[in-house]
Amino acid sequence: MQILQQLINGLSLGSIYALLALGYTMVYGIIKLINFAHGDVYMLGAFWGYYMINTFHVGFWTALILSMIFCAIIGVIVEFLAYRPLRDSPRIVVLITAIGVSFLLENGMSYLFSSSPRDFPQAMVMHRYHLGSLSISNVQVLILVTSIVLMILLQLIIKRTRMGKAMRAVSVDPEAAQLIGINVDHTISFTFALGSALAGAAGVMIGLYYNSIDPLMGMTPGIKAFVAAVLGGIGLIPGAALGGFVIGLVETAVQAMGFSAFRDAAVYGILIVILIIRPAGILGKTTREKV
Amino acid sequence: MLLQVEDLFVNYGVIQAVKGVSFNVNEGEIVSLIGANGAGKSTILHTISGIMRPKSGRILYNGKEIQKEKSQKIVSGGISQVPEGRHIFAGLSVLENLQMGAFLRKDKSQLKKDYDNVFERFPVLQERKNQDAATLSGGEQQMLAMGRALMAAPKLLLLDEPSMGLAPIFINEIFDIIESIKKQGTTVLLIEQNAAKALSIADRGYVLSVGKIVLSGTGQELLNNAEVKKAYLGG
Ligand SMILES: Nc1ncnc2c1ncn2[C@@H]1O[C@H](COP(=O)(O)OP(=O)(O)O)[C@@H](O)[C@H]1O
Ligand SMILES: [Mg+2]
Repeated sequence: MQILQQLINGLSLGSIYALLALGYTMVYGIIKLINFAHGDVYMLGAFWGYYMINTFHVGFWTALILSMIFCAIIGVIVEFLAYRPLRDSPRIVVLITAIGVSFLLENGMSYLFSSSPRDFPQAMVMHRYHLGSLSISNVQVLILVTSIVLMILLQLIIKRTRMGKAMRAVSVDPEAAQLIGINVDHTISFTFALGSALAGAAGVMIGLYYNSIDPLMGMTPGIKAFVAAVLGGIGLIPGAALGGFVIGLVETAVQAMGFSAFRDAAVYGILIVILIIRPAGILGKTTREKV
Repeated sequence: MLLQVEDLFVNYGVIQAVKGVSFNVNEGEIVSLIGANGAGKSTILHTISGIMRPKSGRILYNGKEIQKEKSQKIVSGGISQVPEGRHIFAGLSVLENLQMGAFLRKDKSQLKKDYDNVFERFPVLQERKNQDAATLSGGEQQMLAMGRALMAAPKLLLLDEPSMGLAPIFINEIFDIIESIKKQGTTVLLIEQNAAKALSIADRGYVLSVGKIVLSGTGQELLNNAEVKKAYLGG
C-alpha cells in the first residue's frame, strides 16, 4: 500500500517534470540550446494563473488555458528577442544568454512582485480520497490526467500536423528544410510556443498543488526537468516524458525512505551517472549515415 | 532566360569559394556544372537557394534579383534543391518527407496529381511510403530527395551531385529520371563530378575550377573537348 501511495505521489510530481522536460527537449532538438530560462516561463505561467484567478475570478480551467496562451507568447518573444539574433553564434554564447534571460525573469519578477511566496488561490477545492491507507487528492488526479492529455495532444500535433512535421524536419536537418521552403524561423517560434504552453500548464497546476508560488519557484524544477530530458535522451520527445516520470518517482522514493534531505542530490546523482554510462539517454541511440 | 548568375563572389569568412562566376540557364534546358571536389559548385547552389549570401554579384530569376531573398521565397518562386548527400529527413516517413516538399504549396487541387506523379516516377517510394525514410537504401534516398524537391513544383530544379556514392545501376536510373523530368517541362541545373554522364544529358555545360568558370559549351562540345577529357573524363 505504501508503495502504491508513493507511486501515485511520484507520478503526479513526475508528470509536472515531464511537461517541463518536453519543452527543454523540443527546443534542444530544434536549435540545440538548453533553454535555461524554461523554468522561469513555468514560474510566469503560475503568476499569470494567479492573477487571472484572483483579479478576474476565472475558473481553474480557464486560468490553465490562459496561462498556456500567455506562456506561448512569452516563449515566442524570448526566442525572438534573445536567441534569434544569435542564431549563427557559437552555442556557448546562446547558452550564456539563456542563463541571462533566466536571471532577468527571476530578478525582474522579484523586483516587481516581491520575492516572498504568495498563496495560490484555491480555484479548486482540494479533496482527499481514502482507500484503506491510500490517500489520493483530486488535485493529484487532475495533474496526472491533464498532463497525460496534454502529452497526447502534443504527440498528435507533432505527428499529424503540418507544423509538427516541419518541427521534426527542421530538427533533423534545418538546411535541407530551407532548401524545400520550410520557414525555419516560424518553425522555431512554433516550437517555443508549444514548449512554453506546456510549462504554463505545469506552473498553474503546481501552484494549485503546493498552494504557493514565488519568483524563484522555477529554478529547481527547471533543473530537474532538464535532468529528466537528458535522462530520457535530449531531443527525444518520448524520452522527456519518460525521464520526467522517472525523476518524479525517484525523488518521491528517496523521500519516502526517509532521506528527504537527499532528494535533490539523488536527482543530480542520476544526471552524473547517466552522463557517464549512457550519455545519449535511456532512449537515445547513435545513428549512422547511409550511403 | 530563366536564371542568370552574374559575376558572383561568395566567401566563407576569408576563404573565397566562388570568384566571379557568371552563367545562365534557359527555360527547358538541362545545364550541367562540372568541376572537381572543392571547386565551389555546392556554394553556388546554396547561394541560388538563398541559404548563403554572396559577397557581390547578382542572381536573376525570371529577370528579378533574388540574391537577397529568403529561402522560402525562392522555393515558392519555383526553385527547389536536392542537396548533396541527399539529406532526407530521418525519422519522418517517406510520405512525410514528400509532404515537407509540398510545405509551401497552396494549390491543393494540383497536389494530389503531383503525389501520383512522384509515385509513378519512383514506384519504390509508394511501396515504402509509411516506412522511416532512414531505412531506405542510398539510391532510394536519392529518389526520395528528388521526389521531395519535385513536390515543391519547381520550375527550376537544382541537383547537387545526385549520383554521388550510388551503385552503377542506380546511377543510370537517376540520369534517366533527370532526362524525364526535363521532358515534363522542369528546367534542371545539374551539378556533378561524374562529368561524362552529366554532359551527355546536358544541353549546355560549364566547367568550374577553383571558384571560376574555365570552359563552357554544349554538352557535346565539352565531352569532345581535349582539356575536359584530360581533367574530368579520365583521359
Ligand atoms: N562551411 C565551410 N566553411 C569554410 N569553407 C568551406 C565551407 N564549405 C565549403 N568550403 C570551401 O569552399 C570551397 C568550395 O566548396 P564547395 O562549394 O562545397 O565545393 P564543391 O561543391 O564544388 O565540392 C572549398 O574550398 C571548400 O573547402
Ligand atoms: Mg559539393
